[in-house]
Amino acid sequence: MNQVMERDGIISEEVHVLAVDDSLVDRKVIERLLKISSCKVTVVDSGISALQLLGLDEQRTTSESDDFVGLKVDLIITDYCMPGMTGYDLLKKIKGSSTFREIPVVIMSSENILPRIDRCLEEGAKDFIVKPVKLSDVKRLKNYMSTTTREVSAAAGGFGGGGGGGGGINKRKLSDTINSDDMSSSPPSISSSITPSSSSSPSDSSSPSPSPLSSPIRALDSPIRRLKMSGAD
Amino acid sequence: MDVLQLQRKLREHQAAMIREGFLDDQFSQLQKLQDESSPDFVIEVVKMFFDDSENLLNNMTRALGQVPVDFKQVDAHVHQYKGSSASVGAARVKNVCATFRNFCEAQNLEGCVRCLQQLQHEYSLLKNNLQYLFRLQEEIQAAGGSIPTIE
Repeated sequence: MNQVMERDGIISEEVHVLAVDDSLVDRKVIERLLKISSCKVTVVDSGISALQLLGLDEQRTTSESDDFVGLKVDLIITDYCMPGMTGYDLLKKIKGSSTFREIPVVIMSSENILPRIDRCLEEGAKDFIVKPVKLSDVKRLKNYMSTTTREVSAAAGGFGGGGGGGGGINKRKLSDTINSDDMSSSPPSISSSITPSSSSSPSDSSSPSPSPLSSPIRALDSPIRRLKMSGAD
Repeated sequence: MDVLQLQRKLREHQAAMIREGFLDDQFSQLQKLQDESSPDFVIEVVKMFFDDSENLLNNMTRALGQVPVDFKQVDAHVHQYKGSSASVGAARVKNVCATFRNFCEAQNLEGCVRCLQQLQHEYSLLKNNLQYLFRLQEEIQAAGGSIPTIE
């Protein structure tokens, strides 16, 4: 049974985060960071395990066609450098799935390599955190997290297809040529009004139209770029 | 020694470890994550780090003993160690790892071996210092006092 929390007078479920990291120490730290930030946490040590839990592994292409009930998550946070399946590979698998592409994915890496960050954002990552992860990083993540993402994944292109907490909108700007099919009928305001602490991204109020917006928007609007340029922490 | 004296010793020891670069701000971050619901969090993470350290240092030793040396393999272990040391705030260890990685990339065996020795030394120093820190904490708690955190 999911724990129910009351916040700002709104009763909501705890957000559920799936964390993926091959390092034992880092798993312990990220788990604690998330729990102390009032998230429900599931931690695994590999991309393969993550896919299996979600119900998106090689054995099946969709979790809808059988009785398997995959893990319902609102956010996936994954390390980049992992043996076997990297965080980038995992990101691609998730964004390539019609059922799971709505789930925001955040990449963590100990290496601050701009081309790597760009590649992840272009593939649809919601954010990129340079390790070691701090409490302030997790607090920033909470802006993207909303339990409505869960319903969105389940609906898969239906009425609730707007994406959680503005996440779908950001993703659309970066990779709308990939994901435009199920976005066209989705009003983004639904998710923003449910989430009390909605995303600080300026893209929240923009039109849901899938018309291609030039990608240089992310150069200034991306929270990661802004942080790195200003040197703020 | 009474609680006040022990607390002062603990504060001084923590400050010294930071001043001398053994620990950085990430360690303070970890202390912020410790509370009544997770009262031994820092010790638990550090213990994991010690296990990880010993494992990785052994792996590096083995990898450097191969003929020929697979520098990519050595680098993979160092990269992992750099990551976990950064996560617990073990600054000196992390910095040696950075230098070590450069020698791996240059395929400089002598440099690598020197770095491994340095790593073992830094790890040993860090372990002793942290174990002393935790012992002080235990004594304070046993005497009914509370643990002062780094600000």
